[in-house]
Amino acid sequence: MIKHLRSAADLDAETATLILDTAAEMAALSGREVKKLPALRGRTVVNLFYEDSTRTRISFEAAAKRLSADVINFSAKGSSVSKGESLKDTALTLQAMGADAVVIRHSASGAPHRLANWVEGSVVNAGDGTHEHPTQALLDAYTMRSRLGRLDGLRVAIVGDVLHSRVARSNVLLLTTLGAHVTLVGPPTLIPRDISAKAQVSYDLDAVLPESDVVMMLRVQTERMQDSYFPSAREYSRRYGLDVPRLQKMPEHAIVMHPGPMNRGMEIAPEVADSPRSTIVEQVANGVSVRMAVLYLLLGGK
Amino acid sequence: MAQPRADAPSKIILAGSDLSRVVDRIAHQILEKTSGATGTVLLGIPTRGVPLAHRLAARIHAFEGVEVPVGSLDITLYRDDLRLKATRALGKTELPPGGIDGLRVILVDDVLFSGRSVRAALDALKDLGRPSSVQLAVLVDRGHRQLPIRADYVGKNIPTALSESVKVAVTEVDGADEVRLIGGLA
Repeated sequence: MIKHLRSAADLDAETATLILDTAAEMAALSGREVKKLPALRGRTVVNLFYEDSTRTRISFEAAAKRLSADVINFSAKGSSVSKGESLKDTALTLQAMGADAVVIRHSASGAPHRLANWVEGSVVNAGDGTHEHPTQALLDAYTMRSRLGRLDGLRVAIVGDVLHSRVARSNVLLLTTLGAHVTLVGPPTLIPRDISAKAQVSYDLDAVLPESDVVMMLRVQTERMQDSYFPSAREYSRRYGLDVPRLQKMPEHAIVMHPGPMNRGMEIAPEVADSPRSTIVEQVANGVSVRMAVLYLLLGGK
Repeated sequence: MAQPRADAPSKIILAGSDLSRVVDRIAHQILEKTSGATGTVLLGIPTRGVPLAHRLAARIHAFEGVEVPVGSLDITLYRDDLRLKATRALGKTELPPGGIDGLRVILVDDVLFSGRSVRAALDALKDLGRPSSVQLAVLVDRGHRQLPIRADYVGKNIPTALSESVKVAVTEVDGADEVRLIGGLA
Protein backbone atom coordinates (compact mmCIF):
# COMPACT_ATOMS: atom_id res chain seq x y z
CA MET A 1 0.00 0.00 0.00
CA ILE A 2 1.11 3.57 -0.66
CA LYS A 3 2.16 5.80 2.23
CA HIS A 4 0.69 9.13 1.15
CA LEU A 5 -2.27 10.17 -0.95
CA ARG A 6 -1.05 13.41 -2.49
CA SER A 7 -2.34 12.98 -6.01
CA ALA A 8 -4.77 10.76 -7.85
CA ALA A 9 -1.71 9.83 -9.91
CA ASP A 10 -0.34 8.02 -6.81
CA LEU A 11 -2.98 5.36 -7.44
CA ASP A 12 -2.73 2.56 -9.96
CA ALA A 13 -5.90 0.74 -11.03
CA GLU A 14 -5.37 -2.04 -8.49
CA THR A 15 -4.91 0.28 -5.49
CA ALA A 16 -7.80 2.51 -6.56
CA THR A 17 -10.09 -0.51 -6.88
CA LEU A 18 -8.98 -1.74 -3.44
CA ILE A 19 -9.95 1.65 -1.97
CA LEU A 20 -13.38 1.54 -3.66
CA ASP A 21 -13.99 -2.06 -2.51
CA THR A 22 -12.92 -1.19 1.05
CA ALA A 23 -15.21 1.85 0.95
CA ALA A 24 -18.12 -0.42 0.02
CA GLU A 25 -17.51 -2.44 3.19
CA MET A 26 -17.16 0.75 5.23
CA ALA A 27 -20.48 1.97 3.81
CA ALA A 28 -22.26 -0.97 5.43
CA LEU A 29 -21.32 0.59 8.77
CA SER A 30 -23.60 3.59 8.28
CA GLY A 31 -26.64 1.33 8.64
CA ARG A 32 -25.46 -0.06 11.96
CA GLU A 33 -26.42 1.00 15.43
CA VAL A 34 -22.81 1.29 16.61
CA LYS A 35 -21.14 3.33 13.87
CA LYS A 36 -17.65 2.70 15.11
CA LEU A 37 -14.79 0.39 14.25
CA PRO A 38 -11.69 -0.10 16.40
CA ALA A 39 -9.18 -0.22 13.52
CA LEU A 40 -7.34 3.06 14.24
CA ARG A 41 -7.58 3.10 18.03
CA GLY A 42 -4.77 5.15 19.53
CA ARG A 43 -3.79 6.75 16.23
CA THR A 44 -3.88 10.50 15.77
CA VAL A 45 -5.20 12.19 12.64
CA VAL A 46 -4.65 15.93 12.27
CA ASN A 47 -6.95 17.93 10.04
CA LEU A 48 -4.78 20.82 8.87
CA PHE A 49 -7.07 23.23 7.05
CA TYR A 50 -5.61 26.45 5.69
CA GLU A 51 -8.69 27.06 3.54
CA ASP A 52 -12.33 27.19 4.46
CA SER A 53 -14.19 23.95 4.00
CA THR A 54 -17.32 22.45 5.42
CA ARG A 55 -17.96 19.11 3.83
CA THR A 56 -14.41 17.89 3.35
CA ARG A 57 -13.26 18.69 6.89
CA ILE A 58 -16.39 17.27 8.50
CA SER A 59 -16.18 14.24 6.24
CA PHE A 60 -12.56 13.51 7.21
CA GLU A 61 -13.38 14.11 10.86
CA ALA A 62 -16.33 11.71 10.77
CA ALA A 63 -14.27 9.12 8.90
CA ALA A 64 -11.39 9.24 11.40
CA LYS A 65 -13.74 9.14 14.39
CA ARG A 66 -15.68 6.16 13.03
CA LEU A 67 -12.38 4.30 12.88
CA SER A 68 -11.71 5.28 16.53
CA ALA A 69 -8.75 7.56 15.73
CA ASP A 70 -8.12 10.68 17.79
CA VAL A 71 -8.79 13.77 15.71
CA ILE A 72 -7.14 17.15 16.10
CA ASN A 73 -8.67 19.93 14.05
CA PHE A 74 -6.46 22.78 13.06
CA SER A 75 -7.66 25.75 11.10
CA ALA A 76 -5.44 28.64 10.06
CA LYS A 77 -7.79 31.16 11.63
CA GLY A 78 -7.16 31.48 15.33
CA SER A 79 -3.81 29.63 15.20
CA SER A 80 -0.18 30.73 15.11
CA VAL A 81 -0.49 30.93 11.33
CA SER A 82 -2.09 34.34 11.83
CA LYS A 83 1.10 35.27 13.72
CA GLY A 84 3.11 34.32 10.65
CA GLU A 85 4.16 30.72 11.38
CA SER A 86 5.30 28.90 8.25
CA LEU A 87 3.89 25.60 7.01
CA LYS A 88 7.19 23.92 7.84
CA ASP A 89 7.19 25.06 11.46
CA THR A 90 3.57 24.02 11.85
CA ALA A 91 4.46 20.64 10.34
CA LEU A 92 7.32 20.16 12.81
CA THR A 93 4.97 20.97 15.67
CA LEU A 94 2.52 18.33 14.46
CA GLN A 95 5.40 15.90 14.06
CA ALA A 96 6.46 16.51 17.66
CA MET A 97 2.91 15.81 18.80
CA GLY A 98 3.00 12.44 17.07
CA ALA A 99 0.50 12.81 14.26
CA ASP A 100 0.11 9.50 12.42
CA ALA A 101 -1.63 11.19 9.52
CA VAL A 102 -2.03 14.77 8.41
CA VAL A 103 -4.99 15.68 6.24
CA ILE A 104 -4.11 18.96 4.58
CA ARG A 105 -6.10 21.55 2.67
CA HIS A 106 -4.06 24.48 1.42
CA SER A 107 -4.50 27.27 -1.09
CA ALA A 108 -1.03 26.64 -2.52
CA SER A 109 -0.75 23.88 -5.10
CA GLY A 110 1.87 21.36 -4.02
CA ALA A 111 1.65 22.04 -0.27
CA PRO A 112 0.96 18.34 0.52
CA HIS A 113 4.08 17.32 -1.41
CA ARG A 114 6.21 19.69 0.65
CA LEU A 115 4.56 18.57 3.85
CA ALA A 116 5.31 14.91 3.12
CA ASN A 117 9.03 15.73 3.33
CA TRP A 118 8.69 17.21 6.80
CA VAL A 119 6.46 14.78 8.68
CA GLU A 120 6.94 11.08 9.32
CA GLY A 121 3.25 10.19 9.15
CA SER A 122 1.03 9.81 6.13
CA VAL A 123 -0.10 12.88 4.24
CA VAL A 124 -3.54 13.02 2.67
CA ASN A 125 -4.28 15.80 0.23
CA ALA A 126 -7.70 17.30 0.96
CA GLY A 127 -7.37 19.88 -1.80
CA ASP A 128 -4.35 21.99 -2.73
CA GLY A 129 -4.94 25.19 -4.66
CA THR A 130 -6.02 24.50 -8.22
CA HIS A 131 -4.02 21.28 -8.29
CA GLU A 132 -5.69 18.15 -6.88
CA HIS A 133 -8.34 16.73 -4.57
CA PRO A 134 -7.86 12.96 -4.79
CA THR A 135 -10.41 11.83 -2.17
CA GLN A 136 -13.11 13.78 -4.03
CA ALA A 137 -12.19 11.91 -7.21
CA LEU A 138 -12.37 8.62 -5.30
CA LEU A 139 -15.81 9.38 -3.91
CA ASP A 140 -16.98 10.45 -7.35
CA ALA A 141 -15.69 7.20 -8.84
CA TYR A 142 -17.34 5.29 -6.00
CA THR A 143 -20.66 7.06 -6.65
CA MET A 144 -20.48 6.32 -10.39
CA ARG A 145 -19.66 2.69 -9.76
CA SER A 146 -22.48 2.21 -7.26
CA ARG A 147 -25.05 3.97 -9.51
CA LEU A 148 -23.98 2.58 -12.89
CA GLY A 149 -22.28 -0.65 -11.88
CA ARG A 150 -18.93 -0.09 -13.59
CA LEU A 151 -16.25 2.45 -14.44
CA ASP A 152 -14.53 0.75 -17.35
CA GLY A 153 -15.77 2.27 -20.61
CA LEU A 154 -17.97 4.83 -18.87
CA ARG A 155 -18.34 8.14 -20.70
CA VAL A 156 -17.89 11.04 -18.29
CA ALA A 157 -18.31 14.71 -19.17
CA ILE A 158 -16.70 17.21 -16.79
CA VAL A 159 -18.30 20.57 -17.43
CA GLY A 160 -17.37 24.13 -16.54
CA ASP A 161 -14.45 25.79 -14.81
CA VAL A 162 -11.90 23.01 -15.37
CA LEU A 163 -8.99 25.46 -15.15
CA HIS A 164 -9.48 26.25 -11.46
CA SER A 165 -10.81 22.84 -10.51
CA ARG A 166 -8.68 20.45 -8.48
CA VAL A 167 -11.70 18.13 -8.53
CA ALA A 168 -11.56 17.94 -12.34
CA ARG A 169 -7.82 17.34 -12.41
CA SER A 170 -7.95 14.48 -9.90
CA ASN A 171 -11.00 13.01 -11.62
CA VAL A 172 -9.32 12.97 -15.03
CA LEU A 173 -6.29 11.16 -13.59
CA LEU A 174 -8.29 8.64 -11.57
CA LEU A 175 -11.08 7.94 -14.06
CA THR A 176 -8.70 7.37 -16.96
CA THR A 177 -6.67 5.00 -14.74
CA LEU A 178 -9.87 3.07 -14.11
CA GLY A 179 -10.77 2.88 -17.81
CA ALA A 180 -13.39 5.63 -18.16
CA HIS A 181 -13.44 8.07 -21.10
CA VAL A 182 -13.42 11.68 -19.98
CA THR A 183 -14.52 14.69 -22.01
CA LEU A 184 -13.80 18.17 -20.68
CA VAL A 185 -16.42 20.74 -21.64
CA GLY A 186 -16.25 24.48 -21.08
CA PRO A 187 -15.29 27.79 -22.63
CA PRO A 188 -11.78 27.62 -24.17
CA THR A 189 -10.52 30.08 -21.55
CA LEU A 190 -11.35 27.63 -18.75
CA ILE A 191 -9.88 24.43 -20.24
CA PRO A 192 -6.22 24.00 -19.21
CA ARG A 193 -3.72 22.43 -21.60
CA ASP A 194 -1.89 20.05 -19.28
CA ILE A 195 -4.68 17.61 -18.46
CA SER A 196 -6.49 17.85 -21.76
CA ALA A 197 -3.90 15.38 -23.12
CA LYS A 198 -5.56 12.63 -21.05
CA ALA A 199 -9.10 13.60 -22.02
CA GLN A 200 -11.11 14.81 -24.95
CA VAL A 201 -12.06 18.45 -25.14
CA SER A 202 -15.29 19.99 -26.39
CA TYR A 203 -16.66 23.52 -26.27
CA ASP A 204 -20.21 22.43 -27.10
CA LEU A 205 -22.17 21.03 -24.15
CA ASP A 206 -25.28 20.19 -26.18
CA ALA A 207 -23.29 17.90 -28.47
CA VAL A 208 -21.67 16.03 -25.57
CA LEU A 209 -24.78 15.45 -23.39
CA PRO A 210 -26.44 12.67 -25.46
CA GLU A 211 -23.12 10.79 -25.47
CA SER A 212 -22.54 10.84 -21.69
CA ASP A 213 -23.25 8.39 -18.89
CA VAL A 214 -22.14 10.87 -16.26
CA VAL A 215 -22.29 14.66 -16.37
CA MET A 216 -20.21 16.29 -13.67
CA MET A 217 -20.88 19.99 -13.22
CA LEU A 218 -18.14 22.13 -11.66
CA ARG A 219 -18.54 25.25 -9.58
CA VAL A 220 -17.43 28.47 -11.22
CA GLN A 221 -14.70 29.51 -8.80
CA THR A 222 -15.02 33.26 -8.93
CA GLU A 223 -12.78 33.59 -5.84
CA ARG A 224 -9.82 32.25 -7.84
CA MET A 225 -10.49 34.32 -10.95
CA GLN A 226 -8.34 37.38 -11.44
CA ASP A 227 -9.23 37.84 -15.11
CA SER A 228 -12.48 37.79 -16.96
CA TYR A 229 -12.74 34.32 -18.42
CA PHE A 230 -16.24 34.76 -19.86
CA PRO A 231 -18.33 37.83 -20.74
CA SER A 232 -21.07 37.46 -18.12
CA ALA A 233 -22.55 35.00 -15.67
CA ARG A 234 -25.73 34.99 -17.73
CA GLU A 235 -23.90 34.04 -20.91
CA TYR A 236 -21.92 31.34 -19.12
CA SER A 237 -25.12 29.89 -17.72
CA ARG A 238 -26.77 29.92 -21.16
CA ARG A 239 -23.96 27.99 -22.80
CA TYR A 240 -22.66 25.74 -20.02
CA GLY A 241 -25.36 25.64 -17.34
CA LEU A 242 -27.29 22.38 -16.88
CA ASP A 243 -31.01 23.15 -17.03
CA VAL A 244 -34.07 20.94 -17.49
CA PRO A 245 -34.12 20.93 -21.34
CA ARG A 246 -30.46 19.90 -21.30
CA LEU A 247 -31.13 17.21 -18.69
CA GLN A 248 -33.66 15.73 -21.13
CA LYS A 249 -30.98 15.43 -23.81
CA MET A 250 -29.02 13.04 -21.62
CA PRO A 251 -29.53 9.26 -21.91
CA GLU A 252 -32.19 7.77 -19.57
CA HIS A 253 -29.65 6.15 -17.24
CA ALA A 254 -27.22 9.07 -17.09
CA ILE A 255 -26.51 10.77 -13.75
CA VAL A 256 -25.70 14.35 -12.75
CA MET A 257 -22.92 15.03 -10.27
CA HIS A 258 -21.59 18.13 -8.55
CA PRO A 259 -18.77 18.29 -5.98
CA GLY A 260 -20.43 21.19 -4.13
CA PRO A 261 -20.83 23.87 -3.04
CA MET A 262 -23.26 24.64 -5.87
CA ASN A 263 -24.12 27.97 -7.43
CA ARG A 264 -27.77 27.16 -8.06
CA GLY A 265 -28.96 28.91 -11.20
CA MET A 266 -25.41 29.44 -12.46
CA GLU A 267 -23.86 26.12 -13.52
CA ILE A 268 -26.82 24.00 -12.42
CA ALA A 269 -30.56 24.70 -12.31
CA PRO A 270 -32.26 24.01 -8.95
CA GLU A 271 -34.71 21.54 -10.59
CA VAL A 272 -31.74 19.55 -11.93
CA ALA A 273 -29.83 19.62 -8.64
CA ASP A 274 -32.88 18.23 -6.80
CA SER A 275 -33.90 15.67 -9.44
CA PRO A 276 -33.61 11.94 -8.72
CA ARG A 277 -30.86 11.70 -11.32
CA SER A 278 -28.65 13.99 -9.30
CA THR A 279 -26.24 12.21 -6.93
CA ILE A 280 -25.17 15.32 -5.04
CA VAL A 281 -26.38 14.24 -1.59
CA GLU A 282 -25.19 10.68 -2.19
CA GLN A 283 -21.72 12.02 -2.97
CA VAL A 284 -21.50 13.55 0.49
CA ALA A 285 -22.53 10.30 2.20
CA ASN A 286 -20.10 8.29 0.06
CA GLY A 287 -17.34 10.75 0.98
CA VAL A 288 -17.24 9.47 4.56
CA SER A 289 -16.99 5.81 3.46
CA VAL A 290 -14.25 6.56 0.93
CA ARG A 291 -12.22 8.59 3.43
CA MET A 292 -12.58 5.80 6.00
CA ALA A 293 -11.18 3.41 3.40
CA VAL A 294 -8.26 5.74 2.64
CA LEU A 295 -7.39 6.29 6.31
CA TYR A 296 -7.67 2.58 7.08
CA LEU A 297 -5.51 1.53 4.14
CA LEU A 298 -2.86 4.18 4.87
CA LEU A 299 -2.76 3.74 8.65
CA GLY A 300 -4.29 0.37 9.48
CA GLY A 301 -1.27 -1.83 8.84
CA LYS A 302 2.39 -1.79 9.70
CA MET B 1 4.24 -17.82 14.38
CA ALA B 2 6.71 -19.56 12.10
CA GLN B 3 5.17 -20.83 8.90
CA PRO B 4 6.48 -24.08 7.39
CA ARG B 5 8.29 -23.64 4.10
CA ALA B 6 6.28 -23.99 0.91
CA ASP B 7 8.10 -27.18 -0.04
CA ALA B 8 7.66 -28.74 3.41
CA PRO B 9 6.19 -32.25 3.41
CA SER B 10 2.44 -32.41 3.89
CA LYS B 11 -0.19 -34.98 4.76
CA ILE B 12 -3.85 -35.05 3.82
CA ILE B 13 -6.01 -35.43 6.92
CA LEU B 14 -9.45 -35.17 5.34
CA ALA B 15 -10.43 -35.19 1.69
CA GLY B 16 -13.60 -34.96 -0.40
CA SER B 17 -16.37 -37.10 1.07
CA ASP B 18 -14.64 -37.35 4.48
CA LEU B 19 -14.99 -33.62 4.84
CA SER B 20 -18.69 -33.78 3.85
CA ARG B 21 -19.29 -36.43 6.53
CA VAL B 22 -17.67 -34.20 9.13
CA VAL B 23 -19.93 -31.31 8.08
CA ASP B 24 -22.95 -33.63 8.30
CA ARG B 25 -21.98 -34.62 11.82
CA ILE B 26 -21.61 -30.99 12.95
CA ALA B 27 -25.05 -30.27 11.46
CA HIS B 28 -26.54 -33.14 13.46
CA GLN B 29 -24.81 -31.95 16.62
CA ILE B 30 -26.16 -28.44 16.13
CA LEU B 31 -29.69 -29.82 15.71
CA GLU B 32 -29.27 -31.92 18.82
CA LYS B 33 -27.72 -29.30 21.05
CA THR B 34 -30.08 -26.51 20.00
CA SER B 35 -33.24 -28.66 19.99
CA GLY B 36 -33.94 -28.26 16.29
CA ALA B 37 -31.93 -25.14 15.44
CA THR B 38 -34.82 -22.72 15.86
CA GLY B 39 -33.91 -19.13 16.73
CA THR B 40 -30.43 -19.78 15.41
CA VAL B 41 -28.22 -17.83 12.99
CA LEU B 42 -25.02 -19.13 11.41
CA LEU B 43 -22.29 -16.52 10.87
CA GLY B 44 -19.28 -17.60 8.84
CA ILE B 45 -15.90 -15.93 9.34
CA PRO B 46 -14.33 -15.11 5.93
CA THR B 47 -12.84 -16.59 3.92
CA ARG B 48 -13.58 -20.29 4.40
CA GLY B 49 -15.96 -20.04 7.33
CA VAL B 50 -18.58 -18.53 5.02
CA PRO B 51 -19.00 -21.48 2.60
CA LEU B 52 -18.86 -23.84 5.59
CA ALA B 53 -21.71 -21.93 7.27
CA HIS B 54 -23.77 -22.21 4.05
CA ARG B 55 -23.09 -25.95 3.87
CA LEU B 56 -24.14 -26.45 7.48
CA ALA B 57 -27.37 -24.56 6.83
CA ALA B 58 -28.04 -26.68 3.73
CA ARG B 59 -27.44 -29.93 5.65
CA ILE B 60 -29.64 -28.80 8.56
CA HIS B 61 -32.36 -28.01 6.03
CA ALA B 62 -31.91 -31.42 4.37
CA PHE B 63 -32.11 -33.28 7.70
CA GLU B 64 -35.01 -31.51 9.39
CA GLY B 65 -36.38 -28.93 6.93
CA VAL B 66 -35.41 -25.99 9.14
CA GLU B 67 -34.25 -22.81 7.38
CA VAL B 68 -31.34 -21.39 9.37
CA PRO B 69 -30.36 -17.84 8.31
CA VAL B 70 -26.73 -17.49 7.25
CA GLY B 71 -24.49 -14.42 7.27
CA SER B 72 -20.85 -13.50 7.28
CA LEU B 73 -18.80 -11.64 9.88
CA ASP B 74 -15.53 -10.01 8.85
CA ILE B 75 -13.13 -9.65 11.75
CA THR B 76 -10.24 -7.83 10.01
CA LEU B 77 -10.81 -4.47 11.71
CA TYR B 78 -11.05 -6.13 15.12
CA ARG B 79 -7.85 -8.19 14.94
CA ASP B 80 -5.22 -7.61 17.61
CA ASP B 81 -2.39 -8.05 15.10
CA LEU B 82 -3.72 -5.48 12.61
CA ARG B 83 -0.74 -3.22 13.14
CA LEU B 84 1.88 -5.95 13.03
CA LYS B 85 1.30 -6.77 9.37
CA ALA B 86 0.75 -4.91 6.11
CA THR B 87 -2.75 -3.52 5.62
CA ARG B 88 -5.24 -6.26 4.88
CA ALA B 89 -8.17 -6.09 2.50
CA LEU B 90 -11.55 -6.35 4.17
CA GLY B 91 -13.95 -9.27 3.88
CA LYS B 92 -17.72 -9.02 3.75
CA THR B 93 -19.94 -8.55 6.77
CA GLU B 94 -23.54 -9.41 5.96
CA LEU B 95 -26.15 -10.10 8.56
CA PRO B 96 -29.31 -12.02 7.62
CA PRO B 97 -32.39 -9.75 7.26
CA GLY B 98 -33.66 -10.78 10.70
CA GLY B 99 -30.47 -9.54 12.36
CA ILE B 100 -28.96 -11.26 15.40
CA ASP B 101 -30.67 -9.57 18.36
CA GLY B 102 -32.10 -12.11 20.79
CA LEU B 103 -31.02 -15.06 18.64
CA ARG B 104 -28.47 -17.82 19.14
CA VAL B 105 -25.47 -17.03 16.95
CA ILE B 106 -23.20 -19.86 15.89
CA LEU B 107 -19.86 -18.61 14.60
CA VAL B 108 -18.38 -20.86 11.92
CA ASP B 109 -14.66 -20.98 11.11
CA ASP B 110 -12.35 -23.43 9.41
CA VAL B 111 -9.52 -23.79 11.95
CA LEU B 112 -9.44 -23.05 15.68
CA PHE B 113 -5.87 -22.29 16.73
CA SER B 114 -4.81 -19.47 19.07
CA GLY B 115 -8.40 -18.35 19.67
CA ARG B 116 -7.56 -14.77 18.69
CA SER B 117 -9.81 -14.77 15.63
CA VAL B 118 -12.70 -15.87 17.81
CA ARG B 119 -12.00 -13.11 20.31
CA ALA B 120 -12.00 -10.62 17.42
CA ALA B 121 -15.28 -12.12 16.18
CA LEU B 122 -16.85 -11.70 19.63
CA ASP B 123 -15.77 -8.04 19.65
CA ALA B 124 -17.18 -7.51 16.16
CA LEU B 125 -20.42 -9.20 17.17
CA LYS B 126 -21.04 -6.87 20.10
CA ASP B 127 -20.98 -3.86 17.73
CA LEU B 128 -23.62 -5.51 15.54
CA GLY B 129 -26.22 -6.45 18.11
CA ARG B 130 -26.97 -8.52 21.17
CA PRO B 131 -27.43 -12.24 20.52
CA SER B 132 -29.03 -14.30 23.30
CA SER B 133 -26.01 -16.61 23.17
CA VAL B 134 -22.96 -17.28 21.03
CA GLN B 135 -21.55 -20.67 20.10
CA LEU B 136 -18.60 -21.71 17.98
CA ALA B 137 -18.37 -24.40 15.30
CA VAL B 138 -15.03 -25.25 13.68
CA LEU B 139 -14.03 -27.81 11.11
CA VAL B 140 -10.63 -28.40 12.72
CA ASP B 141 -9.32 -27.80 16.23
CA ARG B 142 -5.53 -27.89 16.13
CA GLY B 143 -4.88 -26.89 19.75
CA HIS B 144 -2.35 -24.30 21.07
CA ARG B 145 -4.92 -21.90 22.49
CA GLN B 146 -3.58 -18.55 23.71
CA LEU B 147 -6.92 -17.37 25.12
CA PRO B 148 -9.59 -19.05 27.25
CA ILE B 149 -11.77 -20.02 24.29
CA ARG B 150 -13.26 -23.38 23.28
CA ALA B 151 -15.47 -24.62 20.49
CA ASP B 152 -19.00 -26.03 20.97
CA TYR B 153 -18.82 -28.12 17.79
CA VAL B 154 -15.57 -29.57 16.48
CA GLY B 155 -15.34 -31.47 13.19
CA LYS B 156 -11.96 -32.99 13.87
CA ASN B 157 -9.31 -32.60 16.54
CA ILE B 158 -5.85 -32.63 14.97
CA PRO B 159 -2.91 -32.72 17.37
CA THR B 160 -0.22 -30.50 15.87
CA ALA B 161 3.19 -29.07 16.62
CA LEU B 162 3.59 -25.30 16.55
CA SER B 163 5.95 -25.68 13.59
CA GLU B 164 3.18 -27.27 11.54
CA SER B 165 0.28 -25.56 9.85
CA VAL B 166 -3.19 -26.73 8.92
CA LYS B 167 -4.64 -25.73 5.56
CA VAL B 168 -8.33 -26.15 4.87
CA ALA B 169 -9.48 -26.04 1.25
CA VAL B 170 -13.15 -25.91 0.28
CA THR B 171 -14.62 -26.36 -3.19
CA GLU B 172 -16.32 -22.93 -3.22
CA VAL B 173 -12.99 -21.13 -2.72
CA ASP B 174 -10.21 -23.51 -3.65
CA GLY B 175 -11.86 -25.92 -6.11
CA ALA B 176 -11.60 -29.00 -3.87
CA ASP B 177 -12.41 -30.17 -0.34
CA GLU B 178 -9.31 -31.00 1.67
CA VAL B 179 -7.67 -30.61 5.07
CA ARG B 180 -3.91 -30.80 4.93
CA LEU B 181 -1.25 -30.82 7.64
CA ILE B 182 1.92 -29.14 6.41
CA GLY B 183 5.44 -29.40 7.78
CA GLY B 184 6.80 -31.14 10.84
CA LEU B 185 6.97 -34.65 9.29
CA ALA B 186 10.47 -36.02 9.14
